[in-house]
Amino acid sequence: MKTRNNRAWFLVLPVILVVAFTALLPLMTVANYAIQDVFNPQSRIFVGMKWFYQITNDQLIISAFRRSFQFSIQALLIQIPLGIAIARIMPKSGWKASAALVAVAVPLIIPWNVIGSTWLIFSRSDIGLGGFLLNKLFNFDFTSDPKDGWGLILTVDVWHWTPLVVLLVYAGLRSIPEAYYQAAAIDGASSFAIFKYVELPKLRRVLLIAVLLRFMDSFMIYTEPFVITGGGPGDATTFASILLTNIAVGQFDVGRAGAYSLIFFIVIQIMSFLFYTVLTLQDREEVTKTK
Amino acid sequence: MAEIRLENVGHSYDGGTTFALNPITLTWEDGNAIALLGPSGCGKTTLLNIISGLLTPSVGRVFFDGVDVTDLDTAKRNVAQVFQFPVLYDTMTVRENLSFPLKNRNVAKDVIAARVDEIAELLGINKYLDIRPQKLRSDLQQLVSLGRGLVRRDVPAILFDEPLTVIDQNFKWTLRGRLKEMHNSTRYTLVYVTHDQTEALTFADDVVVLNQGNIVQTGTASDLFLAPQDEFVGFFIGSPGMNFINASVSDGSVSIGSTLIGTAVAEHPIPNGEVRLGIRPEFLTLSSAGTGTDVKINRVEHRGGYKLIHADGPHGNVVAKLPNDSAFVAGEKAQLVFHPERTYLFRDSKLAGRVSTKGAGQ
Repeated sequence: MKTRNNRAWFLVLPVILVVAFTALLPLMTVANYAIQDVFNPQSRIFVGMKWFYQITNDQLIISAFRRSFQFSIQALLIQIPLGIAIARIMPKSGWKASAALVAVAVPLIIPWNVIGSTWLIFSRSDIGLGGFLLNKLFNFDFTSDPKDGWGLILTVDVWHWTPLVVLLVYAGLRSIPEAYYQAAAIDGASSFAIFKYVELPKLRRVLLIAVLLRFMDSFMIYTEPFVITGGGPGDATTFASILLTNIAVGQFDVGRAGAYSLIFFIVIQIMSFLFYTVLTLQDREEVTKTK
Repeated sequence: MAEIRLENVGHSYDGGTTFALNPITLTWEDGNAIALLGPSGCGKTTLLNIISGLLTPSVGRVFFDGVDVTDLDTAKRNVAQVFQFPVLYDTMTVRENLSFPLKNRNVAKDVIAARVDEIAELLGINKYLDIRPQKLRSDLQQLVSLGRGLVRRDVPAILFDEPLTVIDQNFKWTLRGRLKEMHNSTRYTLVYVTHDQTEALTFADDVVVLNQGNIVQTGTASDLFLAPQDEFVGFFIGSPGMNFINASVSDGSVSIGSTLIGTAVAEHPIPNGEVRLGIRPEFLTLSSAGTGTDVKINRVEHRGGYKLIHADGPHGNVVAKLPNDSAFVAGEKAQLVFHPERTYLFRDSKLAGRVSTKGAGQ
């Protein structure tokens, strides 16, 4: 028998401390708020689970969550296929490949609020180039028509984040050995068959990461609607995170906001877990079968 | 099944500065098994890809049964190719993998089913038809890739690019046997790329030896072994390869240093000067008679059925393959005895003639 030296656990201590101060402690502060009604820093009362019960019946919050879900689903449905399509037609090597990569990555390196401001000005129907044209053609006005507001935020998100999907898929495509394409050519496979039977199966893991990242980020979208529509028109683009900020910072209702934050956090965890489970189902079936 | 003819075919990957494959012309008869043998980077895979159409040659034309196919793409040429590692479609079962080349060519469903069963039977993979290939061992996976190559009846040729690289040593023999059997029963034209001489020699009717983008010799296994036309063939074929000793020719007599060993036999008389004398370890023996070319035995290796004697001399180091009962030990002095028929002379690495030791006092 080897004697175990448990002192090695001390080596993990720095990580635990860092995680504690950056993630666990702030989260516990939120949890602490969530079970109290805070009037001001000096006076607070313990309210137990009251906020949680209230939130589950709060139509404003429930519809904000529903909006976030709809937004995420639509964003995924557009960005994933579009990202794959763009990655497939990008040049494979040489200076053209580098140029294409740089061009595609531009939206990813612009600060988020700059993106918001740029699109805000671009889309205004009085002074923005795009907004003016669309206004003349389709009577577009994102400040008054809820559909236009929603469509604009969705467009901005697609513009901003499809490049991430493109980069991931592009990397995935480049890692497929040339022999698979050669074999497909030998077998007389059509371009669609190559996509379906060679590329898609090999991209599964990369797409899993892309879907998870894009789901989480689009579900938490904040900056773009905050800058462009401010959650409007009406409450058309009041997503879960916008409403949370309104409650926490606007109304300074930190108890309710704390409970809301925890629920928000747990919903994202559960959704990510579900996505991951469903998308890796096939892998695990194979593992259990071979055992 | 077709006759394959290459006319002046060469390829350069860098626009003509250097040729990975220098222009060559050759014809392979219908139904033959041909091996392309050579070290890594000799141009053998390039040549294979030119035949399958994965690569368009920089110069020259490719003909199948007299029809110029140089500009046809891979699918239209209809050749089959098996790659170095198993290339399979992960989401398909073994059966679907085998059907895929036929399905893409719109073959009727019942014909596909019958053909897939037949091929699976031939390769002995029929019990795996309904599972996914990822779950199989790599050698079985490679059999499935092989099956995808064999499934079409009308292919002009089946090309193999080192298909046994991933296969376990023990199973290589079985698989090589199956390939050979398959070839005997179907008479497809097979082109087989390998750097493994055993594979090439056991498998092929004709072996093409390539080195640095050139064909150095084409022939049967025994041609390459017994009558190498080039120093490279002598060195590359055989285990261990041919011995080379510096010698000289003077008015038809061959000497090593100052020791006369025999007379030169050649179609065209060999001009006086330096030559390299080549002899396979199998045809070199040692004696302790005291006359002849002296060497000092450096190391004796027991190889089970025979001994390898490594010996050093002033004109080159040699290896001799001797029976187990030979009594030479390391450190001893001995003299070289050359086989009267199998001792060759090379000049500028090309075969120039051979040495007849008859009548020469050794």
